[in-house]
Amino acid sequence: MSFASPMIQEQANMPEPAAAAAKVAARNVNVYYGEKHALKDVSVDIPVRAVTSFIGPSGCGKSTFLRCINRMNDTIPICRVTGDITIDGKDIYDSRLDVVLLRARVGMVFQKPNPFPKSIYENVAYGPRLHGMARSKTELDEIVVNSLKRASLFEEVKDRLQESGTGLSGGQQQRLCIARAIAVSPEVILMDEPCSALDPIATAKIEELIDELRSNFTIVIVTHSMQQAARVSQRTAFFHLGSLVEEGSTEQIFTNPKDKRTQDYITGRFG
Amino acid sequence: MTDTSMTPPAPGIRTFDYGSDEAQARVKRRYQTEARFKLYGLLAVLFAGAFVFILLADIVRKGMPAFFEHRVVLTLDLDASLIDPTGRREIDALRNGDYNKIVMDAWRANFPEVTQRAERRRLEALVSSGAADDLRAAVIRDPALIGQKIRFPILLSDDADLHFKGLSSRISSAPGTGALDVKINGREVELSGSGQPFAAILADVKAGLMQDAERIGAELARLPASQQGGNNAALDARRIELAQRVAELRRRAGDVGSAETIDFSSMPSRIVRAEGASIRLQEIGASSAKGFLLVAPQREISRIDSWTVATFATPESNRKASDADIAWLETLNGRGAIEKAFSTRFFTSGDSREPELAGIRGALIGSALTLLVTLMVCLPLGVGAAVYLEEFAPKNRFTDILEVNINNLAAVPSIVFGLLGLAMFLNFFGLPRSAPLVGGLVLALLVLPTIIIASRAALKAVPPSIKEAALGVGASHQQAIFHHVLPLAMPGIMTGTIIGMAHALGETAPLLMIGMVAFIVDIPQAITDPGTVLPVQIYLWSDLPEVAFQAKTAGAILVLLGFLFVMNGAAILLRRRFERRW
Repeated sequence: MSFASPMIQEQANMPEPAAAAAKVAARNVNVYYGEKHALKDVSVDIPVRAVTSFIGPSGCGKSTFLRCINRMNDTIPICRVTGDITIDGKDIYDSRLDVVLLRARVGMVFQKPNPFPKSIYENVAYGPRLHGMARSKTELDEIVVNSLKRASLFEEVKDRLQESGTGLSGGQQQRLCIARAIAVSPEVILMDEPCSALDPIATAKIEELIDELRSNFTIVIVTHSMQQAARVSQRTAFFHLGSLVEEGSTEQIFTNPKDKRTQDYITGRFG
Repeated sequence: MTDTSMTPPAPGIRTFDYGSDEAQARVKRRYQTEARFKLYGLLAVLFAGAFVFILLADIVRKGMPAFFEHRVVLTLDLDASLIDPTGRREIDALRNGDYNKIVMDAWRANFPEVTQRAERRRLEALVSSGAADDLRAAVIRDPALIGQKIRFPILLSDDADLHFKGLSSRISSAPGTGALDVKINGREVELSGSGQPFAAILADVKAGLMQDAERIGAELARLPASQQGGNNAALDARRIELAQRVAELRRRAGDVGSAETIDFSSMPSRIVRAEGASIRLQEIGASSAKGFLLVAPQREISRIDSWTVATFATPESNRKASDADIAWLETLNGRGAIEKAFSTRFFTSGDSREPELAGIRGALIGSALTLLVTLMVCLPLGVGAAVYLEEFAPKNRFTDILEVNINNLAAVPSIVFGLLGLAMFLNFFGLPRSAPLVGGLVLALLVLPTIIIASRAALKAVPPSIKEAALGVGASHQQAIFHHVLPLAMPGIMTGTIIGMAHALGETAPLLMIGMVAFIVDIPQAITDPGTVLPVQIYLWSDLPEVAFQAKTAGAILVLLGFLFVMNGAAILLRRRFERRW
């Protein structure tokens, strides 16, 4: 991927972490929903500029963990998180950290496409405008067009940017949501089962897109489809009953899992 | 998967025959129950629809006369010496002109034979006291009229208006037979003719007497039977009196051909009309009659060839318009001087003790000012409260209690809010009585729970995914609410607000408590002026004894219903227009 946009240059100028260094590091993370202990002692490193997938049966805590990374769980009043999560070595649960800026740096794509009921342009422009990323209308236009291009949506919608985002097909809507997420130049993009509401063709397009975005962003994806995890991710983490069972390179997890439960799950014996 | 129908049922699993007679009967019963339920629903809808239709039709029928008024068009001599003796055309001088004399002179000129004081007063009462005000307004608008003779419509009084609207007495008219000799002596008239011209009328009178006799006979029969040895002298006297009257009436009715004297308190009046004259018959024989000249003929007459006789079914003492009143009005109508016109006055003038002058302008403006205050207080407070409670407030025992209380407030009887307003706004804060400001505040208290509940429902209906999407791109909680959730909830909030306002528009009881029930002629100019509102105006008018106010009441109800329809229509339109499918 090589787009000559100011946004990307800006990112390229940022100090490059060591290639194998972890972008996101979690240590002994526990999550409680009231009395329920939803996530138990999870420790994992998420490498920079790679796709990490979280797999596991329903209710295993993988989405809960994903939502810890941008503190989306804060919006649930009864939720309590302990342990440390750091991004670039900085604790994101530090009380001095502004959670809103964190969420701008850690973008999120949801299970069900949720564009704002506004025009396609406004959907993408909302974030940059909110953070004052563009000084002029032309600059904003540029960000919108580039984001749509990088979400592989621009060619399909370039003639109807002012039409409602909710009028697009499901796959297009999800790509619009991805464009919206990348428009604010996040470092990490969290995807919570982004293809579960889509047909196979739209899914293939999104997977292709994820693969392209990998060169610029750190991506974490939660998925129920083991094939999808195998196709798009470099690293895979398997969750079961709120615990992280096994984490490793995708190839290793799918060909040579160390844990019996992982083996059972990927061969379809339960879950 | 194997084909289940091929495998025998496993032991322990019950089989059930859905084709058995019993099962079939159950299906049939189910169909019957469903059909019956559908029928009940249909009947209920038809029943309700019929009632709504009857109600509306009745109000429209009663209310339509309020939108029209009758006027007599007269040629007025705008004598400068009466209006503006100084000739300087100063507005104060023009205001003080004697317009009443101009109107009354022109009005009396129609009936020069009316000279007697009492009769003249009756004649003058047929013109509304507002007629001179109309003329004054016209002259002040255009002082160039002074000194001219102009054709000007003069408003009739409510009794005259009711006569033309057909609400006073049933009048039937029949052509008279044969020519009549007329002898006029002052206002006394003698009519005679060969061939018994009055025989038919006399027979009619006698038939009326017979009916009276039967009616009184029935009354006599209803009196309690006399008791043996009883000493109820009053009852006995009454019985004797009634029996005598019945006998007398029967004798008169049976005596065909004898002349009759009309008793105007109990018998229909009969008016002979010919050559522009109206003569009320007093003594009727078969071939001659004596009468009173109500309206003089336009020329000297001694013989009339064609004439009609009008019968006013209601006896004179039982109606507001006298025989003379009706004769005058009908004479003018015959001359083409009466016009029926749309009553803009109904919408442009305030309340009045004279029904023909009363309008709903004051109430409309009062309602508008009151609703304005209500809206200004309610919308920001209600929406703010709803947003806070729904999106920001911590969920704890206190907010739970608050929520229950808001829901309960919506069910508090409205008069209680009126008492609260009286105690708080009038007695404690000392705000002016009868003012739309206080009315609006009281109604705001009343509507606030409705708006809060509707707004919270609208906010809750916005899917959380929208808020999450906004949070996901780095919007703060408040930004997510104000940029996305609130705009999406706005149609729902507006719908709730309009319905709340419609509720406030129709509210009467709380406003009675804060004195908006006073009789106020002036149209309120500000929210602190005394005023009233449309439903209270309806309540006030419905209480008045004048028949003409009944039409005004129904007319005002029609206007109120019109506003309510428009407001509810707007709410439905908003809902349709902005309804979203997520």
